[in-house]
Amino acid sequence: MIKIEKLHKSYPMGKDSLHVLKGLDLHIKEGEFVAIMGSSGSGKSTLLNIVGLLDTHDEGNYYLNGQLIENLDEKKAAILRNKFLGFVFQSFNLITYKTAVENVALPLYYQGMGRKERQETALKYLDKVGLKDRANHLPSELSGGEKQRVAIARALVTNPKVVLADEPTGALDSTTSHAVMELLKEINREGMTVFVITHEEDIAEQTDRIVRLRDGIIISDEKVNKKVNA
Amino acid sequence: MFDLDRWREIFQAISKNKLRTALSGFTIAFAILLFTLLFGIGNGLKHTFEKQFAGDSQNSIYINSGRTTKPYKGLQSGRLIQFRNDDSKFMNEKFEDEIQYFSPNIQRSMQVIYKGEQNRYTIRGVYPDYQPLESAVIQDGRFLSYLDIEKRAKVVAVGRLVEKDLFGSLSAVGKNINMEGISYKVVGVFNDPGGDNDERFIYAPFTTVQGMYKPNDELDYIGLTFNPKLSIDQALAFSNLLTKMLKEKHNVDPRDQAAIRVRNYAEGTKNVKQFMTVLNVIILFIGIGTLIAGIIGISNIMVYIVKERTKELGIRKALGATPKSIIGMIMMESIFVTALAGYSGLMIGVFALKSLGNSLEKYFIINPSVETYVVVGATIILIIAGTIAGYIPAKRAASIKPIVALNDE
Repeated sequence: MIKIEKLHKSYPMGKDSLHVLKGLDLHIKEGEFVAIMGSSGSGKSTLLNIVGLLDTHDEGNYYLNGQLIENLDEKKAAILRNKFLGFVFQSFNLITYKTAVENVALPLYYQGMGRKERQETALKYLDKVGLKDRANHLPSELSGGEKQRVAIARALVTNPKVVLADEPTGALDSTTSHAVMELLKEINREGMTVFVITHEEDIAEQTDRIVRLRDGIIISDEKVNKKVNA
Repeated sequence: MFDLDRWREIFQAISKNKLRTALSGFTIAFAILLFTLLFGIGNGLKHTFEKQFAGDSQNSIYINSGRTTKPYKGLQSGRLIQFRNDDSKFMNEKFEDEIQYFSPNIQRSMQVIYKGEQNRYTIRGVYPDYQPLESAVIQDGRFLSYLDIEKRAKVVAVGRLVEKDLFGSLSAVGKNINMEGISYKVVGVFNDPGGDNDERFIYAPFTTVQGMYKPNDELDYIGLTFNPKLSIDQALAFSNLLTKMLKEKHNVDPRDQAAIRVRNYAEGTKNVKQFMTVLNVIILFIGIGTLIAGIIGISNIMVYIVKERTKELGIRKALGATPKSIIGMIMMESIFVTALAGYSGLMIGVFALKSLGNSLEKYFIINPSVETYVVVGATIILIIAGTIAGYIPAKRAASIKPIVALNDE
């Protein structure tokens, strides 16, 4: 599903440049539940941005769903994001003036789906995350956990190939964190590839595979024990 | 192409972000309002000046005679110059092309009686051509005709106020009035934009008045209008030549200013026209200034709006919005808001000018109003400016990497 070969990325910092990713190789298959671990500055967010087509890489190859990603202009990137990827952010990134159901329906709008169908689909996914009764609330009227669940529904609504979650529990307390992780696990059980970035050990341990990054290099890549035998 | 879904997005963005909408709308509405008011008041000033010179045709020339002040060709000063019918003939022959309307004139003040009412009025013996000369407008009956001149008919056309004085609410047409013992039939009533004085005249056929009250073929003065095709400079040259020839004909020193006096309205017209040009330039200048201020205002607000929306745009891009759809959304929103606000500013301005009406006449402002095409043009300019002003930051916002936009707090 996601295949990365010798990926390099650096950011210009004045005259010098900051070499963030130093030749990563990573292969994530369909249906996997992977956590990228690393302290801040390890390059994990950069990796997610490149995988999520929110940013471009300098060197190496990136295949998304078998397709080589190169020379992508904004329009193509937007279409691919819409089609293959669902995003969950630490700060939720809901549009403040839209209700829960409108937020969930937005990716479908950019797919060109009709209004009524959008509404129905969005409600179905809100139901899936258990928030059907909150459909017409604005983000400001929802708790953090509810906001993140709306964001997850939004990430799922286009039925993408991969869900990318950047510190999805970073802004949540431990109880709601747990609920959000349960939701992601459930999605994964249904066959979705889920790609989580976190710096919390106990979050990472709930996934199937943990990839550890340090200073732009993968230092370990291991299956989580409980799943190995399963 | 009308895309209902896209308009729904835009309406939602507009209605859920009232402050931003109000800000940009207010800027546009205010600029257009100011523009309309300034233009309207400027036009009001113009109307005042136009009215000041509306009394007589703007291409009129009046020729009077008097006593000479300089001896000339052995003739003494103090000699009275008297115009006669042959002067009329002479001018008409010499200047056939330059003269449009022509009428000699005899003027007398007479006591006029109708039944119990009487009053003193100025009677003018004139030709039918005198009507356009004086810009008189017939409101009832008819003016004098050439047949009246030929038959020396005892008919008169009276001013609106003469009718009001003598006949009250009755119509004067067809009635006979007594002017110093002789009965005249009223054939018409006229009004005159020149005002009350001009509406207290009584016009009678020139031949009738000359035969009745003047010895021989004397006349008092001559009024004419020059061909409107002449430029102002040509008209001035014409009246100078006319003066020169009349002075020659009557043996008057060319430098004598009193014996033959020619008053050419073109001279005044020239000054007024120059003044109007300056006024127009000032109005235009103010108008353009207001528009530029409006354009700068809307540009600033568009930059602010796009900045404020950076994060939202980043989210939209992450969810699959193409740069084109982002630019389209921002521009349509800005065009919609500016068009609506511009229109309401325009309406408020026009309404304000209407309700002002002539209440500012004291300050030389009459009927302040604007031509529709001017304000509509101004509104369109502002909309275009708003569009361009929206396009530049929208384009920039659309090209920001979504990751940068998402990190924008």
